[in-house]
Amino acid sequence: MLLEVKGLSTEFKLKRGIVKAVDNISFTIDKGEILAIVGESGSGKSVTSLSIMGLLQKPGRIAGGEILFKTQDLNKLSQKELQKIRGNKISMIFQEPMTSLNPVWRIKTQIMESIRTHLQVSQHEALERTIAMLDTVGIPSAAQRANDYPHQMSGGMRQRVMTAMALACEPELLIADEPTTALDVTIQAQILELLYRMREKFHMAVLLITHDLGVVSEAADRVIVMYCGKIMEEADVRTLFSTPLHPYTVGLLQSIPQLDADSDERLYMIKGMVPNPLNMPPGCPFSDRCDHSMQRCSQEMPQLQDIAGHKVRCFLYEGGVRVK
Amino acid sequence: MSEVLMDMQNLAKHFTLAVNFLGKPTAVLKAVDDVSFSITKGEAFGLVGESGCGKTTLGKILVNLYSPTSGKIFFAGKDLTVLNAEQRRAYCKDIQMIFQDPYASLNPKMTIGDIIAEPIIINRLLPKSQVEERVIYLLNCVGLARHQRNRYPHEFSGGQRQRVGIARALAVEPKLIVCDEPVSALDVSIQAQVLNLLDDLQAEFGLTYLFIAHGLNVVKHISDRVGVMYLGKLVEIAPKRELYANPLHPYTQALLSAIPVINPAKKKERIILQGDVPSPINPPAGCRFCSRCFKELQQCQLNAPLLQEVAPEHWVACHLFGAVKA
Amino acid sequence: MKLKQISPLDKNLLQAAEYVEKPESQLRAMWDTLRQNKAAVVGLFIIGCLVLIALTVWLSELLGKQILPYDPNYSDMSKSFVWPNATHWFGTDQLGRDLFSRILDGTKISLFVGVAAVALSLTVGVILGAIAGYRGGRTDAVIMRLMDMMLAIPSILLAIAFMAAFGKGLDKAIFAIGLVSIPEYARIVRGSILAVKENDYVQAAKIIGNRPRRIIRKHILPNVISVIVVRATLGISTAVLDTAALGFLGLGVQPPFAEWGDMLGRARGFIFTAPYTLIFPGIAITITVLAFNLLGDGLRDALDPKSRIK
Repeated sequence: MLLEVKGLSTEFKLKRGIVKAVDNISFTIDKGEILAIVGESGSGKSVTSLSIMGLLQKPGRIAGGEILFKTQDLNKLSQKELQKIRGNKISMIFQEPMTSLNPVWRIKTQIMESIRTHLQVSQHEALERTIAMLDTVGIPSAAQRANDYPHQMSGGMRQRVMTAMALACEPELLIADEPTTALDVTIQAQILELLYRMREKFHMAVLLITHDLGVVSEAADRVIVMYCGKIMEEADVRTLFSTPLHPYTVGLLQSIPQLDADSDERLYMIKGMVPNPLNMPPGCPFSDRCDHSMQRCSQEMPQLQDIAGHKVRCFLYEGGVRVK
Repeated sequence: MSEVLMDMQNLAKHFTLAVNFLGKPTAVLKAVDDVSFSITKGEAFGLVGESGCGKTTLGKILVNLYSPTSGKIFFAGKDLTVLNAEQRRAYCKDIQMIFQDPYASLNPKMTIGDIIAEPIIINRLLPKSQVEERVIYLLNCVGLARHQRNRYPHEFSGGQRQRVGIARALAVEPKLIVCDEPVSALDVSIQAQVLNLLDDLQAEFGLTYLFIAHGLNVVKHISDRVGVMYLGKLVEIAPKRELYANPLHPYTQALLSAIPVINPAKKKERIILQGDVPSPINPPAGCRFCSRCFKELQQCQLNAPLLQEVAPEHWVACHLFGAVKA
Repeated sequence: MKLKQISPLDKNLLQAAEYVEKPESQLRAMWDTLRQNKAAVVGLFIIGCLVLIALTVWLSELLGKQILPYDPNYSDMSKSFVWPNATHWFGTDQLGRDLFSRILDGTKISLFVGVAAVALSLTVGVILGAIAGYRGGRTDAVIMRLMDMMLAIPSILLAIAFMAAFGKGLDKAIFAIGLVSIPEYARIVRGSILAVKENDYVQAAKIIGNRPRRIIRKHILPNVISVIVVRATLGISTAVLDTAALGFLGLGVQPPFAEWGDMLGRARGFIFTAPYTLIFPGIAITITVLAFNLLGDGLRDALDPKSRIK
């Protein structure tokens, strides 16, 4: 087990009240595994990744829980100690590569700097490593492109550079926060393939944060579905897509226009919209949008229960079987 | 059904990015280059392509935000490109647009009631006394509550704002609506709601859509025919079923294969295109796709393929299909 | 009637029970944010006091009643250079006029010139900037190069040249001060319009058939108004300073009117013998300028929608 998150809660203190962006979530990532957290805006998926990295901005704060990386609790480390792990053992790539690269430095300077802050290598070695890394992520004529500035590259190239930078120190865990959302479909396919290849090559674990179930289905080993800061369902990827249990997951899967489906039918829709985070219903957060909602759904919160490795938070599956 | 509503002939839009000291253009971005197709009354025409392919520029030409560099646009048989600004404005009523970003497309200083009423008022379509009733009717059509009409856009979610944008476009009872990626900024569960709404409205009001999107999966649901654009050129047009069942152009094949399948058990053989879309400022000579094509022929680099009908209603611009008729 | 009739069935639906939410007042939301900024509230309070003083003095003058402790223009040479004491709170100047009364009287001039000059430069600047920003191209180039030329000359020099050419006086001072800050407003408005113009809602406004003038008025200006308001508030403080500077140089408002800059200028020979004759007008200028700056900064925060969300 590489990373274990136990009962993590993250809050945002606003003037009008406290928003529980992440509410008591627990999960683990094994070595070499790709775990996807999927959810819509406001589900808390990005806040989860920021919490793990210790990059939460005010007014957000971790209200409780442990984030165990191997045996170390990241939450208890000082910023300085975290800095040592961040970029070295754990790295991150973001949705918008342009804002994460410094526009005034050549890309080789940026990657070399990141290598040299974490590893004791000479300037020359760092450069060699940079070029090798750029080559690995599929940048043609890497030695020349290393001299480019970020603005000289296309979106897909920048995301490759970001990936090269993140992988330069051979991290054990890569957190990829919507890595393909800003990219075109043909480029998205390239980047996903790259992630897959890098995982094989460096045997690292990946925490993939995305809203796109298509990306999840292509890339992940295991999936967590989040809604309103809670884990609604967790399963390995084949199980989740073949037998989704939670009505929310089922709805999400059905509402995506699919290529092989007959397209003249109406799309399935989940009614309503995500509840206001300041005014959450007391029971299941999905209860007012759910087709199977029962009276107790809006009153008490269902527990996340484990049915032979397939976890689901829904009263329909109490005691491990589906109640009709 | 076969009445042509909008016919574009050799439409082009070039942006001059730089000129030399004599005022001669040195860098020209050919956003839309020699595009011809027509949209039939009552159909939904899907226009697909990656960023920078010119699909949005084309949409903006149709709603008169840009004037074309060359080419003709016939709307219901009338050439729009020869009209002056004032005559052209009369056609606003017939061609409307729905925008991609619901956060940027509504004026933050106006209530949504005023936003929806504005097109009716400035075009003097109804006497003042009936405007409010019409606004309520339109809110109802797009599934918003009437009592919310005095609220400002920032009080609404993305999906609701998109509904306001749709109501604004509907207010003048247009014949054609250009939908510029209307769902790509929305959450998955809201996308389906908006797509279904557009579907219902098309049936109810007899609308014609030009539906612009970057993914082939979204247009599959809503459109009757689909056109694929690459770097300012139209590379393939076909009825929906034909295109998805039998894509001919290598780019269309790659686009289709790039769409993630929502079924991990069925991992498909995927065509992964090499490299990036070339800059539209200096597009490759010959076929624009040849730098990334996996079926490239010798002549591809030399001359550009023309769009030709290779099967009934299935048009493709590729040297793999027939010789170039010069 | 150019639209289809609403079907009778739908009509019934529309006549269902009516309940409409009241529009949220944007002014109210702004005030709520402004209120939380202590500095801005202090600024607003001081400005309120200054306006009250100016209005009272002006009204009493109109009605011929004396509210000030002394006639600000009454000179009693036997009482020149009296240090501050219980009868003359701020002392008297070289001509034996009561400084306290003169400073209160000066509020009127400073505020009036400040507001009037800003109103002038704002009107012209907004119109020029709006045209330049919306039309773009050659119009933009001509207007903005003209503004650049004006900006190339130090503003106080331009104002002095203006006063030299047209003579001294209150009205000319307003014109001079207003004139020199036109380019600043034009530039700010143009810049904001260029940014707002890119928004889809401006394009949407074109598509539904708005004419350019209405697009500027209804869709662009309301969204740059906050920038203008902030700039204008800060501009008043600059104008108050400029007025004082002109007065100090003897070019502004002419005696016997009490004007803070003029008072400073005439008292500068007595800086060592009677420092209070400089200190009090100086403090008056400082407080006024500070108040407008505080309010301006507070408004900037209150009007910025990003900060209002919190």
